[in-house]
Amino acid sequence: MLASGILGYSAEMFKHIEKGGAAAVVTKSVGLKPRSGYVNPTVVQVDCGLINAMGLPNSGIEEFADEIRAAKDVLTIPLIVSVFGFSSEEYAKVAERAVAVGADAVELNASCPHVKQTGSEIGQDPRILADVVRRVRKTVNKPVFVKLSPNVTNITDIAETAVKAGAGALTVMNTVKAMSIDTETAMPILGNRVGGLSGESVKPIAIRNVYDIYEKVKTPIIGCGGIDDWQDAVEFLLAGASAVQIGTAVATEGPRVFMAVAKGIDSYMTKKHFRSVKEIVGLSHRK
Amino acid sequence: MKAKPGQFLMLWIPGVDEIPLSILNAEKDGTVSVAVKKVGEATQALHNMKVGGIIGVRGPFGNSFRVSAGKMLMVGGGTGTVPLLFLSTIMPFGAPKPTFVMGAKSEEELLFLNALRTLCGEKNVIVTTEDGSCGFTGLCTEPLQELLGREKFDFVYACGPELMVRRVFDLTERYGLELQASLERLMRCAIGLCGSCVVGRFRVCRDGPVFGSKQLREVKKEFGVSKRGFDGRKVPL
Repeated sequence: MLASGILGYSAEMFKHIEKGGAAAVVTKSVGLKPRSGYVNPTVVQVDCGLINAMGLPNSGIEEFADEIRAAKDVLTIPLIVSVFGFSSEEYAKVAERAVAVGADAVELNASCPHVKQTGSEIGQDPRILADVVRRVRKTVNKPVFVKLSPNVTNITDIAETAVKAGAGALTVMNTVKAMSIDTETAMPILGNRVGGLSGESVKPIAIRNVYDIYEKVKTPIIGCGGIDDWQDAVEFLLAGASAVQIGTAVATEGPRVFMAVAKGIDSYMTKKHFRSVKEIVGLSHRK
Repeated sequence: MKAKPGQFLMLWIPGVDEIPLSILNAEKDGTVSVAVKKVGEATQALHNMKVGGIIGVRGPFGNSFRVSAGKMLMVGGGTGTVPLLFLSTIMPFGAPKPTFVMGAKSEEELLFLNALRTLCGEKNVIVTTEDGSCGFTGLCTEPLQELLGREKFDFVYACGPELMVRRVFDLTERYGLELQASLERLMRCAIGLCGSCVVGRFRVCRDGPVFGSKQLREVKKEFGVSKRGFDGRKVPL
């Protein structure tokens, strides 16, 4: 499925992603009110991936409701709306509206590493996170996914907290706190100075996190972080993910990356005589 | 990587902003030039800089104009002249000289007029200004319509304010001509990831900025009508 934050503004783009072979799409994170995001540069291309600090630009749920409706009209795959808020009430309000206009599930952004008082500041504190998940769970009758931050001391504790509070799935993981400084000017490059790293280099971190969480919880895990081919995706499945999201690679390879990954997984299954993907989920945990 | 006409770069003014700029020229040694009009905080900061000041550059990004054998017509409005001037410098040897219609608000905003007259020939450059300080008075689409009714062209190229480009598109549709138009949108990542610059299913930074008539027909509801603002909302042009 399409990871949150990538091209996720419009119904037409979601349809284009569906045609590329995605089995579900996650929108950009939407909050209660419109936000413009940070001043450029919002992305730095580094040797090992991308560092971004967009600053959660979004049109606010009232305006975005129209885009959700339009997307539901054209999509045949599930639409998952990524939600953020500055309090549990805000998360619940946005989620409620998103589901009312057609979202098939919500993914709580408890992990954005560069906006204060939301995202990872929610997801790093088990008590606040539990409150947010519980409140959203009570408000909506659709699955509630929680996207976790790797920027915590013990991600499995956070995962268990989210599950106990009612998370239907865990998306593992968001970007890793990072920054880049220009040597000529001695200045941080990002407009926001600091941001989050994605792409190839974060994959081993995400794999480890999925592996550790799979040991502790039975809730489905959606693997996310640095996937750009089928081998990456299979690695996540073997670590314990039941599904995967692709973000950065959609930019570099285009929407057809989904088709290529899905076909590659199929070929792997045939070659290894597996009948169902379920057989390989968590397979690396055999001792 | 040598930049081609139509491509753009992202120019970082440390501590201020990072903005997309159309490439004016690319030398063999890797030197690139851009033309910058003062329109906001970032471009003002650039104008205030002294020779030797440090800026950051990413790119080149995007696709480029396709050069085809045949009679070419170029329509440039304001700083939209920049990539078309670059294009007219790489015409194949022996190709017919392009006809250039350029429009600006006033005479002092007519960019590179002398260079264009040298490249295209004096009589092939038609000038319009909104205030009448040089050439025809009015918008460049007015003499364009007359020209299209009078002469046959094989390919039309356009770059400039989107309302102008949309009018050029409507005219080329009426006369059954193939258009390549460069579009401008709010750009942030420039690598096809953030979605700020989307038009329909296209990312201007990655699938564009140059679009052909077939693609433009597909996005008629947005092209020349609306773009997305910093918060992702559609705003009228």
